[in-house]
Amino acid sequence: MSKVLHSAPRFASNEGVLDALTKALGAKVVAAREEHGEVVITVSRAEVANALRQLRDDHEYQQLMEIAGADYPGRAERFEVVYCLLSVTRNHRLIVKTTAAEDTPVPTVTTIWPVAGWLEREVFDMYGVIFEGNTDLRRILTDYGFEGHPFRKDFPLTGYVELRYSEEDKRVVYEPVKLAQDLRQFDFMSPWEGADYVLPGDEKAQENQGGEKKA
Amino acid sequence: MSFTLEESPTTGDEVITNYTINFGPQHPAAHGVLRMVLELDGEIIERVDPHVGLLHRGTEKLIENKTYLQALPYFDRLDYCSPLGMEHSYVLAVEKLLNVEVPLRGQYLRVLFAELTRICNHMLNMGSHVMDVGAMTPNLWLFEIREDCLNFFERASGARMHSAWFRPGGVHQDVPQALLDDIAVWLDKRMPTLFEDAMSLVVDNRIFKQRNVDIAKVSKEDALAWGFSGPMIRAAGIPWDLRKAQPYDVYDRMDFEIPVGTNSDCYDRFMVRVEEVRQSARIMQQCLREMPGGPVNSDDRKVSPPKRAEMKQSMESLIHHFKLYTEGFHVPAGEVYVATESPKGEFGVYLVSDGSNKPYRCKIRPTAFSHLQAMDFMCKGHMLPDATAILGAIDVVFGECDR
Repeated sequence: MSKVLHSAPRFASNEGVLDALTKALGAKVVAAREEHGEVVITVSRAEVANALRQLRDDHEYQQLMEIAGADYPGRAERFEVVYCLLSVTRNHRLIVKTTAAEDTPVPTVTTIWPVAGWLEREVFDMYGVIFEGNTDLRRILTDYGFEGHPFRKDFPLTGYVELRYSEEDKRVVYEPVKLAQDLRQFDFMSPWEGADYVLPGDEKAQENQGGEKKA
Repeated sequence: MSFTLEESPTTGDEVITNYTINFGPQHPAAHGVLRMVLELDGEIIERVDPHVGLLHRGTEKLIENKTYLQALPYFDRLDYCSPLGMEHSYVLAVEKLLNVEVPLRGQYLRVLFAELTRICNHMLNMGSHVMDVGAMTPNLWLFEIREDCLNFFERASGARMHSAWFRPGGVHQDVPQALLDDIAVWLDKRMPTLFEDAMSLVVDNRIFKQRNVDIAKVSKEDALAWGFSGPMIRAAGIPWDLRKAQPYDVYDRMDFEIPVGTNSDCYDRFMVRVEEVRQSARIMQQCLREMPGGPVNSDDRKVSPPKRAEMKQSMESLIHHFKLYTEGFHVPAGEVYVATESPKGEFGVYLVSDGSNKPYRCKIRPTAFSHLQAMDFMCKGHMLPDATAILGAIDVVFGECDR
C-alpha cells in the first residue's frame, strides 16, 4: 500500500496477519485481501460460525462490534453479511464476510457472542437475510407490521406506505405514498467521464454525422 | 397491564403471578422513545424486552442517495447530544478511503472540539442520570456548563447543535483566536468550579450511592461478549479506550489518563464519566497550548474547497468550488470500518465505496444498540426503579440507536 497520509485510527500492524489467518482457517476461506489498511477475509457461508469461533478462541478476536448487511443485486448471491471483529489484546481489527441469497440461511453466531442477537435481527429486518439458529429473529427497527426489507437496493427511497393521524377514524392510518412532486434525484456526475445516457443535444451530432455520410 | 389473582393450592392465600408492564415509549426516564416490555414478579424484574426503532429514519439508506459531503449532516442528527463525535468517525472513514492528509491545525481543532463534545455529552448524561434517581439540582447546574459548550460550538460553526463542522480533509472553517482564548479561560476557571460544585452534591451522596452501587454488575467476560465499549467497558475494569489504543488525529500526542472502574456497577459508570470530564479538560488545555498555526483543511482541491477570496481571483478555484458542491468528490472503491471513541463508546462507520461520488453502503455502528441489548441480563433480579438507573448509566440516545 502507498504511504499512509490519513489520520484515521491506527491499530496494530496488519503485517503477516492475512497470511497467518488464511493459513489457520484453511479451506473455510474463499477469498482474502488487504486493502485500505483493512484485512478482509471472505469465508464460505456454511463455515462462517466455525470460522468466527476459531478466530475468537485461537486468535484473540474477543469482540464482535458489528454485523453489517450489504446488497449487491447484480450478484448471484446478492447479500453480503459483514462481521467486524476487534481484538482488545492484540489491538487489531478484522473484517470477515460471507455471502447469502434470500433463501439461503446463514448460521447464527449468537452462540459465540450474545451481542449478535440484535445485530442479526437488524440485518434480517433491513435485508431479509435469514439466520439459522437465531431463536429470536423478529423485526427490530421497522414499524410493527412492516412489510418488505427497506435497505435492499430495489426498495424505493420513499417507501410504499405513509401514515397520518386520521381525524375521522381517530387513529393512525396507513396509505400508499403520494408525492406532491417527484422525488428530486439530481445527477451531478460529470458528463465527460462516461455518462451512461445520451447527453441533451448529442443526438443532433449523431444525426448530422449520418447526414454527412449520406451526402 | 394485566395481572391475575389466584389462590395458592397449599396456603389458600392469594398469589400474584408475573405481570407485564410497558415502560415508555413516552417516559421521561427512557431518554427518548424507548418501549420496554417488563415482566415483573412483584417489584422484581424478571425479563426485559426493549423495543427500539421508534425513531428509525433510514439514515443509512438516505446516505446512499447523497454525495459524501451531503451525507455528513446526517451524522449530527444521530447522537444529537454529541454531534461532533459522530462526524469524527465518518470523516475519518472517508479520509481513510481517500488517503488524504489533514493539516496539523485541523487535527488539533478536531481533537479540541471532540473533547468539548465529550464534556457537553457527559453533562447531559450525568445530569439526567442523577435526575432519574431523584435529584433535580445537579442537572440544572450541569446544564449551565452544557450551555457554555453549545455557545462555543455556535461561535465555531454557527450552529449550537448540528454543527456539520468536521469535513473530509479537516474542518470547515478556522476559529477566531478570541474563541480559543475564551475556551482556555473557561477551562481554567468557570468549568472546574461549576463542575466540582455539582459533583460535590452527588458523588458522596448517600441516596445516590444507595441507588447505584452494586446495581447491574457486569463481569469482564460479559462486557466483552456483549460488545460493550466506552465508559461501560471501562467501568467493568478493562482499560480500553480507542483514543489511547488506536489513536486518531493527534490523540497520540495527548497526555491523559483512562479512568477504570473496579466494581462494574452503575456508580462506577457514573464515576468513570466524571473522571473523563476532567481528563477531557486536560486534553483541551494541551490542545490549546500546542495548537500550531497554518491551514485547517487539506490543500487537495479535489477534496476540500478553496477559500472564498481565492475564488474571486482564480478561475480554477471557482471550478473546483462548483464541482465540489455539485458533483462532490469521488472516493476510490473499497471498504473500511473506522471506529472512534465517541462520548458513549465505540462509534463505527462501515463504509463501502464503488468509486462514485456517493457511498454504496454506509453502515453505522451505534454504541447504544449493543448496550441496550444487555438491558435484559443487567436488569434481571433488580427492582423496577433500578431500571431507570441502569438505563441512565448506559447513556442511550435514540437518534443514534435507531438511526
